[in-house]
Amino acid sequence: MSVFAFYLFSICVISGGLFTVISRNPVHSVLWLILAFLSSAGLFVMLGAEFVAMLLIIVYVGAVAVLFLFVVMMLDIDFAELKAEMAKYMPLALLIAVVILMQFVMAFGAWESNAAAEGLRAQVTPVDRHNTEALGLILYDQYFLLFQLSGLILLVAMIGAIVLTLRHREDVKRQDVVAQMMRDPKLAMELKDVKPGQGL
Amino acid sequence: MPEFFTSSPLGIGLLIVGQVLLVVVPLLVALAFLMYADRKIWAAVQMRRGPNVVGVFGLLQSFADFGKYIVKEVVVPAGADKGVFFMAPMVSLVMALIAWAVIPFNDGWVLSDINVAILYVFAVSSLEVYGVIMGGWASNSKYPFLGSLRSAAQMISYEVSIGLIIIGVILSTGSMNFGSIVQAQDGDWGIFNWYWLPHLPMLFLFLISALAETNRPPFDLPEAESELVAGYQVEYSSTPFLLFMIGELVAVVLMCALVSLLFFGGWLSPVPFLPDGIFWMVAKMLFVFFIFSMVKAITPRYRYDQLMRLGWKVFLPFSLFWVVFVAFAAKFDWFWGFYARWTVGG
Repeated sequence: MSVFAFYLFSICVISGGLFTVISRNPVHSVLWLILAFLSSAGLFVMLGAEFVAMLLIIVYVGAVAVLFLFVVMMLDIDFAELKAEMAKYMPLALLIAVVILMQFVMAFGAWESNAAAEGLRAQVTPVDRHNTEALGLILYDQYFLLFQLSGLILLVAMIGAIVLTLRHREDVKRQDVVAQMMRDPKLAMELKDVKPGQGL
Repeated sequence: MPEFFTSSPLGIGLLIVGQVLLVVVPLLVALAFLMYADRKIWAAVQMRRGPNVVGVFGLLQSFADFGKYIVKEVVVPAGADKGVFFMAPMVSLVMALIAWAVIPFNDGWVLSDINVAILYVFAVSSLEVYGVIMGGWASNSKYPFLGSLRSAAQMISYEVSIGLIIIGVILSTGSMNFGSIVQAQDGDWGIFNWYWLPHLPMLFLFLISALAETNRPPFDLPEAESELVAGYQVEYSSTPFLLFMIGELVAVVLMCALVSLLFFGGWLSPVPFLPDGIFWMVAKMLFVFFIFSMVKAITPRYRYDQLMRLGWKVFLPFSLFWVVFVAFAAKFDWFWGFYARWTVGG
């Protein structure tokens, strides 16, 4: 049963990745990418890493891929033209791909894993506690400072993005919600008793 | 005979299918009457009669609607992306239904008792947005597209604050399993042990965020009929439209179940001398559904910029502050452990 599920998820991951690259419509590409994400979450569940699987779905499928889709749907690009452009760079791209493949082959050909690593890999889930707890202990106890550091890096990136895009333009009308709520009829309008024939 | 269901693959498969049907069929039948109740409450507030023709008091109205939907013609707009167009309502319904796999109705009455149950529900509810986006895009039409863009932004914004509210509850419990969360709310004082009291501000935030997350009024901007006709549903007719409707309502009922599990103690009895049981769970869900219906009936629709402002500038900072507060209160045992219901000392 689990073998069947493993092959199902694996085939979904691989075909999802493949169709992400080759499908003509970019929205379809993103949808295939989502299939790949979901199936890899399935693979994580089968490894006993259910927390990582859920985070993968929440972060990548629930937020990142939605933003991808959001952007891709709004883009108005002629993709046939883009594809023609791509053919020009194809030889260079192939060359880079071959070089990277060679590097992988050389790197993994000489790979000798530690004897202890083999045992760790076989046992993803610790015996005495479930893996959410185990992850929490590693992140917040053992590597507490490193975790804080990575949070700070993200914060800097976020502030940088805000600083780059925040502009206060004077000529734009803005709504002040507090001012809107504080308005009342007495301040906003005045009743005049207009005499007939005279006007104001 | 029992061995057949516990040992052979076929028996286990049949058992699982049976359990799934035991959850889904009552849910869908209850849905028909909930839809009727929703319309009746709405009508009562507006001093109308509501559905009153089909069956006694119009009780069978939803079934008549169901029959009407499925015999209508399916219209596919020219230029629509057919595959995605038909996948969208299915995604919407399936995502709404699979979340029920981890929702317990009573002590141990759950299809799949997993450790990360609450994260699973959160993950699945974050996938529900795809039905809306895909439907809006595949229709190849202006109104649905605008509706789906609005919806994408809206659902992501409110998911953030729902996530932070859930983190507060997880911090108090020390577990992400619904059974443990409900068990943590058990105590000598009945109703005053439930999380609605320590997490009172978050209860209101969660109710409002749930309305926004499920596109219910006053946050039904993706389908605002006065500006977008019906948003992403414009081009849908017949059964695909019905699937959208059911999916939306199942998501609403799921939110009712979540509120009752996270804040109202699930199947626990409000007073110590009455027994716990599934009827409490159902009663609490009905109560929350009644609140949702009343909100639909008595509030005007939000403007889009107000909605975004509320989500990002009010809910997000406040729920973030609340997570920090709960973390301190739980860790340093403020208020005699009111915020920390850990079974093992932290």
